[in-house]
Amino acid sequence: MKRVLPAFWLIILLTLPLWLRDQYILHILITTGIFIIAAMSLNLLLGYTGQLSLGHVAFFGIGAYVSALTTLGFDVELLGGFRVVHEPWPAVTGFFIAIVIAGLSGYVIGKLSFKVRGAYFVIVTISFAEVTRLVALNWVELTQGPLALTNIPPFTLGFPGLGDYTFWDKTAYYYLVAIVGLVAYVVISRLVNSRIGRAMIALKENESLASSVGIDVTHYLVLAAVVSAAIAGGAGSLYAHYIKIIDPDIFLFIYTVTMVIMVITGGKGSLAGPVVGGLIFGFLPVIVRPFAAPAVQWILYGGLTILVVFVLPRGIVPTVQGWIASRAQSKGAPAGLIWAGNSEPGDAKR
Amino acid sequence: MDQFLQHLVNAAVLGGTYALLGIGLTLIFGIMRVVNFTHGELYAFGAYTVYLIAAALGLNFFFGLVVAVVAGMLLGAMIEITLLRPMRQADIDTVMLVMIGAWIVMQNTELLVWGGVAKAIVTPFPDAPLVIGPVSISWLRVFVLAAALLLILGAYVLIHRTKLGKAMRATFQDPDAAALMGVHIKAIHTATFAIGSGLAAAAGALLGPVFLVTPTMGDLASLKAFAIVILGGLGNITGATIGAFILALVEELGAGYVSSGYRDAMGFLIIIVVLLFKPTGLFARAERVG
Repeated sequence: MKRVLPAFWLIILLTLPLWLRDQYILHILITTGIFIIAAMSLNLLLGYTGQLSLGHVAFFGIGAYVSALTTLGFDVELLGGFRVVHEPWPAVTGFFIAIVIAGLSGYVIGKLSFKVRGAYFVIVTISFAEVTRLVALNWVELTQGPLALTNIPPFTLGFPGLGDYTFWDKTAYYYLVAIVGLVAYVVISRLVNSRIGRAMIALKENESLASSVGIDVTHYLVLAAVVSAAIAGGAGSLYAHYIKIIDPDIFLFIYTVTMVIMVITGGKGSLAGPVVGGLIFGFLPVIVRPFAAPAVQWILYGGLTILVVFVLPRGIVPTVQGWIASRAQSKGAPAGLIWAGNSEPGDAKR
Repeated sequence: MDQFLQHLVNAAVLGGTYALLGIGLTLIFGIMRVVNFTHGELYAFGAYTVYLIAAALGLNFFFGLVVAVVAGMLLGAMIEITLLRPMRQADIDTVMLVMIGAWIVMQNTELLVWGGVAKAIVTPFPDAPLVIGPVSISWLRVFVLAAALLLILGAYVLIHRTKLGKAMRATFQDPDAAALMGVHIKAIHTATFAIGSGLAAAAGALLGPVFLVTPTMGDLASLKAFAIVILGGLGNITGATIGAFILALVEELGAGYVSSGYRDAMGFLIIIVVLLFKPTGLFARAERVG
């Protein structure tokens, strides 16, 4: 069962466009997928190191803007009359530059703000996102400000000798997002199941104990911030090339909140949590849209968040896992096998 | 120089209302350890209450202000009893999520009830401004500053001269010891949240007529209140008051001499700089409230 289940989900994931013909549902799946990737990156920080980044959308937005500007080209005059002209590059280059730049900003924010933690870290990250939003809004020469960056070219992949493949239709984007999502999933799962991941969990559980046994706490926190920001930047790049228009509203706090809700509902600190939470909150608007105004949808979001914290404080995935584990235990099966998968036993208490 | 004086006066008016926001939040943060994301919504709630009474119902403006503060306190007490009291043993992040949820619900309820169009509140003050030498200031702003200073003074008296204030300060220092001395911690938490909410609603009620009333007006107010609290140090009322005037001055000068587009970025730059060099706030004295 343990081996069959992932293969089953993988087959569903990879064959979905073959039997799902509804383009609208496919569109929702693509945008949801992009947000799931962002939520997974947030989960690395929130779930595994216990640091709540409430400015996570900044990395997403930086990725989107960097990728869009790389492919669109720009011509700006910096302070002192120094002029920078950039000719358009292919989207795939933009994607990787977006990852690098977002990762770098994650490094800077991590280095600056992990001197302070807890509530302070939360407020520093919010401030960072707000500053990036204001820069995107006011640096009109580079970002077009509120006029938005439009006509962002579609994603292209260049194959040596075979020419370029351009992502025009939704099926192509679906596979692109699915593959990037899988890569992000594997990177995060390799990271958290390694020595580094155990160090992160140790410092989440008890920071002073972790540092007393020689774990360089700040080093691991910064590392988590870099990886997390880079993945969010990649998701932002996919978003820019799929939607093809971005404006400063991409930095709105509400998007960070959406990611946080996805992670918390699904279950922070579990690999499948953001995926489950992301699917729920990706499709919830589709279900309630026919009979609810946007404001009512948001009220539902907010109410659901409160409800989840009250009823399922650990989130859906860890709760279900705990439930299965206790069932298996009562049947006499060794409980340890169940835990060996996604979650850490330490989470059971939280 | 004349322009500078004008900026100074504007900053004083803004700083007075920011101080109300900051004091409310720092009390809640200091005593209850709650990162209160609904703070800005109570600010918006205050503004909308004044709009309801003074503009929609056509009643007296000053009556509207009083109702806004009282209703803000009641709403605050309700939030504390229904959402925060059951969560008292939960960790700070969990409570923060509850507050984020409450914030989303409150903001979108405002949007649903009042619509997205900005509302203007007409006040009984004369249109002609008060002119003193090179500086001109509208009578409304004079009133806002006076009312804000009065409320700040009221908060000081409450914290330092009353029995409730003493119990609040005791709870801040050591909740367990305070409980053993007969302080009713639950009641103190409700009172703290109600007072903080009332101050936020007062700030909104006072600034609402100066600017426009919109459903999203609370977002920036929340973030600025956080900036003020960090600037002043957690739980430090004097710090929050001074921090509020510093923030207002930096914003006003930044908008005047650098770029008005980056006005709201100034507060966040302050946060980042303060946390880099003095993470405990400019007026750190963490061991007591007051």
